[in-house]
Amino acid sequence: MAGNREFFYRRLHSLLGVIPVGVFLIQHLVVNHFATRGEQAFNDAAHFMESLPFRIVLELFIIFIPLYFHAIYGVYIAFTSKNNVNQYSYFRNWMFYLQRISGVITLIFVTWHVWETRIQAALGEEVNFSMMADILANPFMVVFYIIGVVSTTFHFANGLWSFLVSWGITMSPRSQRISTYVTLAIFVALSYVGVAAILAFI
Amino acid sequence: MSETENITFIIKRQDDPESSSYEETFHVPYRQNMNVISALMEIRRNPVNSNGEDTTPVYWDMGCLEEVCGACSMKINGKPRQSCTALVDQLEQPIRLEPMSTFPVMRDLAVDRSRMFDALKKVKAWVPIDGTHDLGPGPRMAENKRQWAYELSKCMTCGVCLEACPNVNSKSDFIGPAAISQVRLFNSHPTGAMNKNERLEALMGEGGLAECGNSQNCVQSCPKGIPLTTSIASMNRETALHSFKSFFGSDHEVN
Repeated sequence: MAGNREFFYRRLHSLLGVIPVGVFLIQHLVVNHFATRGEQAFNDAAHFMESLPFRIVLELFIIFIPLYFHAIYGVYIAFTSKNNVNQYSYFRNWMFYLQRISGVITLIFVTWHVWETRIQAALGEEVNFSMMADILANPFMVVFYIIGVVSTTFHFANGLWSFLVSWGITMSPRSQRISTYVTLAIFVALSYVGVAAILAFI
Repeated sequence: MSETENITFIIKRQDDPESSSYEETFHVPYRQNMNVISALMEIRRNPVNSNGEDTTPVYWDMGCLEEVCGACSMKINGKPRQSCTALVDQLEQPIRLEPMSTFPVMRDLAVDRSRMFDALKKVKAWVPIDGTHDLGPGPRMAENKRQWAYELSKCMTCGVCLEACPNVNSKSDFIGPAAISQVRLFNSHPTGAMNKNERLEALMGEGGLAECGNSQNCVQSCPKGIPLTTSIASMNRETALHSFKSFFGSDHEVN
């Protein structure tokens, strides 16, 4: 592996974005959706998640280490490209560009979100429905959260498309076109799940 | 009469690799069916710019004049393509000519595409048959496979795919789509396949396949219609399998 560290890191980046980070994203958005069933349902679900055994280990290896490896290496990737959508305004080139923009927005959003919830929890705050309701009482934060969530779901769905190409699963133009539609549907569906949960706190 | 039949060219010029670039405008008398090269030849015959001043003739690279050698690539109205097949009648005027920006400019519109040939050497884009004795005929190739491989063999190393690629730039050492597709071509050749792992390992090296970001500009821009992104995805699969086999395999991977 010595001679091809870059190849290894790029493939690891691609894999970690889907497993475990992408899987965790879906789980997180689904648990959030309990908010649409009322305060009690959300608090019960959040309490179940935070009382899982080995919580710190799970968080470290399923969330933080893969997430921040993916994020930091991703920023490096984003800044080594020279975007040219003005000259080559093809659909896939736009997706390439938006993938890099959404990645940076997602990193800012997620870092803020981790600070506001998980770090505060570690400092003794209780993470529950009223905490989120307080945060989202500010209309600026509602916009920030909606942009953050939509950017995250876009980055995941479009990243899934690239994952399929990078691992050589979708090779033919036809399979890549169909996976474009499938991942677009995933983007819409996950955005609905995420945004509905945000609106439930208001 | 010829006064009204002038074509205006705005050309980005540069005197040598070190000096800075400047723009110069030329009016070229229109002739029927002229292409960009015939206009450049006219400027060379009569190097006078739009202000009526004598200037140096514009320099460019060319070879076959029928879009098979790849030498005359340049940016024409912002898009990289071959100047031999760029017909003046089909271009918006004034016609802007610039050298491709991914490559070092040698003079005016001529660039140095050495990095592409270095990439071909790096991935061993050939079939090694030289030896001390006659190796005899190689395995036969199915006709349908030959026809398919012919499409990949149309690559003329023109540089348009590298110019269009957002990941080929001064901040990265990505070898670009052309060389990756050549690995697919030579790995599918019955004799070339005997060295396929060497090529895959070269693709997995620095500046290799992994630097592709799937913007797919290459396949949209290739003048020969080579399925570059299919080649890239195919090599993604081959290198993934190769890396699994060599890591988890029981012994040195032979085939």
